[in-house]
Order: sequence, then structure tokens, then C-alpha cells
Amino acid sequence: MSTVYEQRVAGIAGANPDAALSPAELAAKYGLSVSGKRPSLPSYTRQLWSRRQFITAFATARLIAMYTAAKLGQIWQVMTPLLNAGVYYLVFGLLLGQSRGIPDFIAYLCCGVFVFQFTQSAILSGTRSITDNLHLIRALHFPRACLPIAFTVIQLQQLIFSMGVLGVIMLVSGQPLTWHWLLVLPILLLQSVFNTGLALIMARIGAKTTDMAQLMPFVIRTWMYLSGVFWAVSTFTAKAPHWAAILLNLNPALIFNDLMRYALMTSVPASILPSHVWLITAGWALVFGLGGYIFFWRSEEEYGRG
Amino acid sequence: MDDLVKDPVTGETLVALTPEQIERRELLERERIERAERQAKVGHIPTVIVDDIHIVYKIYGAGVGKGSATSALSRIVSRRTSPALTEVHAVKGISFTAYKGEAIGLIGSNGSGKSTTLSAVAGLLPVESGAIYTDGQPSLLGVNATMMSDLTGERNVVLGCLAMGMSKAEVKAKYQDIVDFSGIQERGDFVSLPMRTYSSGMAARLRFSIAAAKTHDVLLIDEALATGDTAFQKRSEDRIRELRKEAGTVFLVSHNNKSIRDTCDRTIWLEAGHIRADGPTEDVVKEYEDYMKSR
Repeated sequence: MSTVYEQRVAGIAGANPDAALSPAELAAKYGLSVSGKRPSLPSYTRQLWSRRQFITAFATARLIAMYTAAKLGQIWQVMTPLLNAGVYYLVFGLLLGQSRGIPDFIAYLCCGVFVFQFTQSAILSGTRSITDNLHLIRALHFPRACLPIAFTVIQLQQLIFSMGVLGVIMLVSGQPLTWHWLLVLPILLLQSVFNTGLALIMARIGAKTTDMAQLMPFVIRTWMYLSGVFWAVSTFTAKAPHWAAILLNLNPALIFNDLMRYALMTSVPASILPSHVWLITAGWALVFGLGGYIFFWRSEEEYGRG
Repeated sequence: MDDLVKDPVTGETLVALTPEQIERRELLERERIERAERQAKVGHIPTVIVDDIHIVYKIYGAGVGKGSATSALSRIVSRRTSPALTEVHAVKGISFTAYKGEAIGLIGSNGSGKSTTLSAVAGLLPVESGAIYTDGQPSLLGVNATMMSDLTGERNVVLGCLAMGMSKAEVKAKYQDIVDFSGIQERGDFVSLPMRTYSSGMAARLRFSIAAAKTHDVLLIDEALATGDTAFQKRSEDRIRELRKEAGTVFLVSHNNKSIRDTCDRTIWLEAGHIRADGPTEDVVKEYEDYMKSR
């Protein structure tokens, strides 16, 4: 179907060899693609890789902007995790007396709080990463996975501040500096992959179901209580039925917490870790990282529509 | 009647065309033929094919507000769709083909489906039926596309360019040009202030400058120039011409008929979701103006 104008232009340009083609044939002939179609997984990955500088620049810019409205500015990077640990110490260490039976409770608690905080904030910001940036999505074209990934990078950058604080807390509370501390690097790498996957999954769900943003804090709090942040999970796995104990021990957040404690604290023995712990952790990271990425990509063309 | 003149383009008899008007029409026609010949040399290559598209907006909760919590719950449980679902059939069967090097104006009264059509071409709105084929990824430049309002203009430029797929080195090389083009530094050091402090015109100028820094195969401009001042409009029209020379296709939605006349050689007139006219800008805009006057 061509209009009068097109026919006239075609007339000036000489006989139009394409006049007999249907729109779909014409598109195929000149290699046009359907607008807004989802790219294949390899080409999507290539596009994403070419935006790696965007992801890091976006994360840095957001991190700087995060505290610009506060008078103390970047000090909050360090204050937030400290205050968090302080509140939990007050409630669980002093008021409820959970510290009985756990040696070096402050170090134990801070480790759990900071490590879980990383996963928690990755999920929360991932859930909002699409809905809060609709204007950016509608203004510019880029692989949408950039956003949840960038928000996980922001959380990682914040965690690095927290880890500095944690290191000081460890040394002050009397933990020696050992070669074991180097284990932090592989643990953080695996946890970052795991969190990115979770953020991608939550981003897709949050983009479709906006109610998710209201629900997630409750889900996360439940998960936190199950992940041995304030107490040793072994106190209730000992009484639980065998299958429940296995399930509780496979909880990835618990594994990341315990691994980090094992790396940083001499008072935490390797025996608290399940057998094949590195294999399980790598498995979690791989399943969630890859699965989350594919899950997010499958809805790529729909983000920002509405 | 001796002021009956034959239209040099269509051969139709027109009433009261002054010699100046005839001259202008002939000039425009010559330009158009030159352009067509140029196109014939590079080949008549389509960049956007729109094939009989229909677009329907589905709006939930219209009329009855959000509904009570209990009715929302019972809907979820019984899996019924909201009774308040309203459908708006915004675009009703539009077809056209755009070619390399064309600048196409889209005109029509408010709510005629212009912006909807552009969003669909950009791939941001799903079509109910029909299909849109494009060469590469079209870039849509809308009037309300705010970027990152809590970040400075400088960061917006850098992030915007990186998001469009430029490398850090390219951004560095183009940064000054973009800021100069936008002209936001004319009133002081605005580029280091957060974008939320900009006036709507300044923000629109910066956005256009960022988007125009890259060569686009297909650039869709939705009223984005309307808020700029005259000097900026002139600059951006020149930039649009350059983009066309680089063999891209430009679509422009505007209520400013002058800027359509100055930048576009072809115009599509939409009314109530249908194409009312598609042809040389001069003819279509004239027809449109007459129609609007008669209303």
C-alpha cells in the first residue's frame, strides 16, 4: 500500500522495482527488522558488554547523588552500616541476650548484618530499578539489564565501604589479621553474581507487578531471620526434622554469612559450614546469575511500555 | 477569470495563486526533484515501513477510581479482569514507507495519534495488529523525556552518550560540542547544576543536544524543539538537515507549521487515527491549515 506521494517520488526516481512487493517482503529485502523486537541472547549480551562503561558510570553517579541532599554527605556511606549494627546489637545482644553461646558476638553480628545488607539492598533496588527509571528507559535505547546490574554495582560499592568498617570492627574486637581474610574476594565475587541474578529477577517481576515493591520488605525480613544474622541457625536446625535442617542449611544467604565469618573470624570453625560449601555457593551463583539474566532478557521488549 | 492558474505539480486548476507563490512552488518542486534524483542514485532504500497498524490503549480503573480494597481482592481471587477496563483505539490502520534521507513531518490536531505512532515506531508501544519494520533502532526524543533530574547536566551528557553506546573517549571528544550546541552555558555555569534546576526549555535543549550528538538511522522528534527559543530552534533545524545528509530519516511531530515547512519535505496529516493526507509538505500543510480555519 503506497500513497500517491510515494508513487510520484518513485516515478521520478525511475521505475520502482519494489512496487510489487508487500511491506513484509520489502522489509526482508532491505534487512529491516520488526521494531522493538527482542534481540537474540548472544547479540543482547554483546550490546550489554558494549555498555559496560555506562553501567559503571551510572552506578558511580547514582552513588554520589545518593547523599548529596544530606548535610554529612558521603559520611553516611560509613554511618549507615554502623548504625544498623548498633541497633541490632542493642536489640539482640543486650535486650534479648542472644549473644549467649556465640563467641565474639559483635564481630559475628556485624559480619552478618553487612553481608545480608548487600543481598537485601540488591533485591530492593532491583525491584524498583525499572519502575523508578521509566523516564530514562523511554528517552534512550540501551539494553535494560544495564539498570538492575548497575544497581547491584552500587550496592557492591557501598559494601566495600562497609567491609572497611567491618575490618576495623574485627581488629578492634580482637580478631587477628590472617591469610584467611583473602577468602573475602571469592566470596564477594560469588555473592555479587548471585545478587545480580536476584536483582534481574526482581526487576522483571517489579516492572510488571508494582505491588511487589510493597511486599518485598516483609519477604526479606523473613529471609533475614532465617539466615542466621543475629543468632546461630544451628540452635534450631538441631531440633528441626532432617529435611528441614538440610533446607535451612542450603539457604544461600546463610552460606554467604557463614563463609564470611569463617574467612574473617578465627573463632568460627570450618565445621559450621556444610560439606562441599564452595561447590554449593558456586552453584547458587551460577543458577541465579544465569537464570536471572535469561529471565530478565525474555521480557526485554516490554520494559517501559504502557 | 485570468487568475485561474494550473498547479505546476498536480496540474489541478487553482484559484488565485500569485506569481510569487508559483515561483516558490516551482523552487520547492525543483528541490524535491533533485532530492528524488539523489535518492535514485543511492537507491530508494526504505528505513521505516509501517504496515496497517492499529494501536489500542487499555486503561484500567477508568471512571470508577481505584475501587475498594475488597472488590480488588475478589477480582484477584476470581481472576476476573477489572470491570473498569476502557479501550482507546488511538491509531486505526496507518500505512506508510519512509526512505533514507527523508524528513517527514507529522501534523494533526491534539489526540490524532501522532505521538502514539512515533512511540510505536520507536518500539515503545505494542501494536494491536499490523507491523512496523525499521532499519536499526529508532531513537525517540520526546518532550517529557526527563533524564536523571538529580544529576548534573554534565553527568547527564556523559551518561546519555554512554547509554547510546559511545565509548568514554568518544564522549570526551564530543562533550564540549554538545554543551555548546545546547547553549545552556549562556546564562552561567548551569552544566554543573542538577538538571532539576533547569527550566523546561533548557532541559529540552540539553536532551536534544545529547540525542543529536550521535548519527541515528531513524530519529523521531516529538515536540522536543517546541520549548526552545528561536535561536535554538534555528540551530536544531540545521542539525536535523545535517542528520538527513548523513542518510538518516527524521520524523518531526510539531504544531508549529513553520518548523515543519522549514525542515520537512514530506508531511503526513493524521486525524482521529487515520491518515488524512500524505504528500509534499507545502500541499499537506496548506490543506491542514484550511481545515483548521474552517473548524
